[in-house]
Amino acid sequence: MKSKIVLFILANFIWILLNWIPDSQHLLIGLLVSLVVVCLTGDLFVKRVHLFNHPVRYLWFLYYIPVFIWECFKANIDVAYRVIHPDLPIHPGIVKVKTALRSDTAITFLANSITLTPGTLSVDVDKENGFLYVHWIEVKNKNVDKATELIVARFESILKRIFE
Amino acid sequence: MINIIGIVFISIGLFFDFVGCLGLVRLPDVYNRLQASTKCITLGTCSILFGAFIIHGFEAAGIKALLCMVFLILTSPVSAHALARGAHKSGVKLWSKSVVDKYAEDGN
Repeated sequence: MKSKIVLFILANFIWILLNWIPDSQHLLIGLLVSLVVVCLTGDLFVKRVHLFNHPVRYLWFLYYIPVFIWECFKANIDVAYRVIHPDLPIHPGIVKVKTALRSDTAITFLANSITLTPGTLSVDVDKENGFLYVHWIEVKNKNVDKATELIVARFESILKRIFE
Repeated sequence: MINIIGIVFISIGLFFDFVGCLGLVRLPDVYNRLQASTKCITLGTCSILFGAFIIHGFEAAGIKALLCMVFLILTSPVSAHALARGAHKSGVKLWSKSVVDKYAEDGN
């Protein structure tokens, strides 16, 4: 039930932003459509609703955004340098890293963050054992633990505080 | 003044989009190409949209640009992941000078 309420509020919020400036007709249609969507798919949206009650998690999420943007910016400078350089300085390969995160949302965010940060692209997730396979454009270390330190560590501690 | 800042953001975005396309041509295999296209085109397009948001402010067009940024950041890594995984599963080889392939070693 709580999952449905969260989805309903979120759907209406996005609908209002899409139809800025809102008027009564738009609001009515939005309410009706999101009611139908909520009845059909509401249970699938969030599984652990109690996490929405912790204000600390929102603060960590706010902290995560600038960290993420900075890493994303560095990634772009890095890739731009490699692409423009005449010798194409790349040593690509697929390495394996391990993660302590278990919930679906946290792993999704971790994989997305890895894809948008310098030189790495997540290829597959082995959820049972907690492994991620990551394509790395400049393989600095083939060892699982060392690669984990270089790729995953900077996000994992923050994401653990937000989603676990 | 606001126009100039917006145009600066749009120019940065165009540069990164161009680099992304260049990477698509220059890099050797599908995984490296995905690296270039995902990163550069995500930030480039977000930068263009942010420039549009700065020029328009909190109006209909500006808010839609912000929403597009959020959805782009959420969806483009997922599609890159799906493409890379699909390519590997269907037997696309890594570049001949690649250093290591743990994914194939683990028998996937």
